[in-house]
Amino acid sequence: MKISARNRDGVTILEPQGKITIGVGDVALREAVTEALNTGSRSILINMAGVTTIDSSGVGELVSTYTSVANRGGKLKLLHLPPKVDDILQVTQLITVFEVHDDEDEAVASF
Amino acid sequence: MASDDEIQFHLSIDSRFENIELVQVVLNDVLERLGLEEDTRHWMDLATREAVANAIKHGNRSEPGTRVDVELLRVEGEVVVTIADRGPGFDPGEVGDPLAPENLLRPSGRGLFYMQSFMDRVEFAARDGGGTVVTLGKQVSGVSQQTPAAPEGAADDMDSGGDGA
Repeated sequence: MKISARNRDGVTILEPQGKITIGVGDVALREAVTEALNTGSRSILINMAGVTTIDSSGVGELVSTYTSVANRGGKLKLLHLPPKVDDILQVTQLITVFEVHDDEDEAVASF
Repeated sequence: MASDDEIQFHLSIDSRFENIELVQVVLNDVLERLGLEEDTRHWMDLATREAVANAIKHGNRSEPGTRVDVELLRVEGEVVVTIADRGPGFDPGEVGDPLAPENLLRPSGRGLFYMQSFMDRVEFAARDGGGTVVTLGKQVSGVSQQTPAAPEGAADDMDSGGDGA
């Protein structure tokens, strides 16, 4: 799993590609968010469009990073949830926790 | 006990997370040739991933050299995956409700819930000789009655050895 990062109007946009699963993408996601926080970013948008599979460890990492960002006075939001990732978040009611956007312009402007 | 001709594959993997990918490749290939739709394959894959990850992490404590056995069976109207570890045992009743408000933001504790959400049958039993066997059942209609050929490089009773996927 690869994660690219870019900055737009003060928002760090992380774009994971592939699986966010145990031992594969969960650690990479944590490291990417930690790096963004360490470089001073407090507005983090994760573009999930390229995520093919997420398991409970990946979901747990999303929750952990959400909490970490919030604890440091920031916000973490999600963009372009694939249907199956949306299902995963729906079934555990985490969809009520995350702010999810379908449009990048709108998402960036919301911070 | 299933007869041999109902067994679609049997993998014995070392307790390492990268071997979950091996299980996924073989499982998806066999399910596809059994005629299961993409959505069904995806959710069976996810449930199996959760069970194998639990077997490695919580069952075998990621101890090198300990095995996890994964078997796919086709029985009438149902496709069944069994996952067996060699750990100290597991009480699913000890797992908290991930939907409870106090657990909603916990980073762990959702694997069992996902298995139960995406499969029609989830059962736990003690394994002979120690460990836990998880049975994941999915009711299916129109599953191919033809036993698929063994996937290339993944024969029945395949042993992944210690080198991973």
